[in-house]
Amino acid sequence: MSLEDLELSENHLLTVMGKAFFTERVVYRGRDLHHEVCKGDWFSHYLFGITGRDFSVKEKQLLNFVWSCTSFPDPSIWPNTNSSLGGAARTTASLSLIAGMAISEASIYGRRPEIRSIDFLFRAAHSIEGGESLSTVIENEIEQHQIIYGYGRPLARQDERVPHILQKMIELELGLDGGHGKYVTLALQIHRYLNDKKGLSINAAALISAVCADMGFDAKEYNLFLFPTFLAGMLPCYIEARDKKEGCFFPIRCTSIRYEGKARRSW
Amino acid sequence: MSDKQEYRSTIWEEDAEIDNPFAAKSNYCHGYNVYEDILPHAGWFDYIYVLFKGEKPTANQAILFEKLAIAIANPGPKDSSIRAAMNGGVGGSTHASSLIAALAVGAGQYGGSHEVHIVMQLWQTCGYDLEKWRLKLQDPVDDKRADVWLPMEHAPGFDPNIPNCPTTIKTMLSYLSSKSDGEALPWLLDNRLALEESVGYSLATSGVAAAALVDLGFDLHQATMLYLILRLPGAAAHALEQRKRKWNEFPFFGDAIELADDPGFKGIPDMEALLCHWKI
Repeated sequence: MSLEDLELSENHLLTVMGKAFFTERVVYRGRDLHHEVCKGDWFSHYLFGITGRDFSVKEKQLLNFVWSCTSFPDPSIWPNTNSSLGGAARTTASLSLIAGMAISEASIYGRRPEIRSIDFLFRAAHSIEGGESLSTVIENEIEQHQIIYGYGRPLARQDERVPHILQKMIELELGLDGGHGKYVTLALQIHRYLNDKKGLSINAAALISAVCADMGFDAKEYNLFLFPTFLAGMLPCYIEARDKKEGCFFPIRCTSIRYEGKARRSW
Repeated sequence: MSDKQEYRSTIWEEDAEIDNPFAAKSNYCHGYNVYEDILPHAGWFDYIYVLFKGEKPTANQAILFEKLAIAIANPGPKDSSIRAAMNGGVGGSTHASSLIAALAVGAGQYGGSHEVHIVMQLWQTCGYDLEKWRLKLQDPVDDKRADVWLPMEHAPGFDPNIPNCPTTIKTMLSYLSSKSDGEALPWLLDNRLALEESVGYSLATSGVAAAALVDLGFDLHQATMLYLILRLPGAAAHALEQRKRKWNEFPFFGDAIELADDPGFKGIPDMEALLCHWKI
């Protein structure tokens, strides 16, 4: 970067991503939005926006299943809690949902474990193709980073989404199951190893990472794909809190703040 | 019914009113009564410091903290976070959304709070060793795994688009350094030219702010939060200003966008024919 870069960019953007010709037409990644892109469903549109590629009907069915099966309408889940708090506090619908979406980029769940999980699968596959054993790859990762993202779960021992996704894959006959999907197979082999050695089970982050890796997503595309994955779970939480009496979403009494700090003192 | 849920805190304590367990009779922050003791006796920056650090600042720390807040309160309309807030203002978005936009864009690692976060890590790693700084500024982040944050593209705390240090940065650094009892700001003042020569471009506001936050004793997470908070006043003011102005006086970059892969005009349904179909 340089001063010249700033000057060249100041009044010009050359793009292949799109442009709105107001009153006439809109171009979306090289396609006419209204003549071409809108003929498909919004989910296809979203995937095309991320990758610039089209996916098969079965691939989209599986990816759609992934989104839906991760949208839990349970207000105790922290992003959903935020949407409920927004409803109970009578903020706007958009701000309530943004409050939930914003914290979904978390470190112990959500966006960071997901991207770290697909990154590990890519690195693990590369190392194994280079001649390392699965056990060495796993143990090295644990030694270096103390964690393998996608295995174990903060609030539960098993992840109920995993068998549902695996079953859906078999139903769709996508060719990712039964040892044909390179990354799904690797993710399950890691599950078997960690389950036997450490008692850890695969969670949805690792399996969804593997599914998307097998479909050709890179880490950045995968991160964008999963951005709205909790959203459908937030909506019922927001609506219910909005429609109940204001301020009554799990209110906190004074004594429910357990103080563990310094003794009372004068300024 | 489940057991009662509790938030555990070393910061905040409340005594309840006798007739309502959900209403506070008194609030304590790190042991100080907020409305009876802090409110009449403390300044804004004393209180913020106590909230984050648990102890009162020294008189000089309170001055440095306030001066830092003035220095970064408004980066001005060129800054990406302010532009994001103004985009909310001009369109009449909710006030919260303008600030959320400023926070989101201003969280970045080019001029934003994540850049401060990385610089704070470098202060921990490099301390006052110029050679270590020269080395780490070339490759500041050790963890190479893919993350929600992208790989760092420039030396953190410096601006790759500004070859020579602007007067504003030099003035800010010099003044804040004169108000510091710590070592980071004076060290940065003494070594600015050597560091700029090493990276090939100018020190940035994020670099000065990080040094000030080190001298104030904040850790990297506290520093990141404070850099976000302290830049919001300018975002709010500029959003409100644009809200009152005419939208068609506001920049709109449509004409500057050149499409490299235009499929061309493919027609549009005839509106009059459609109205006819609806018998209108």
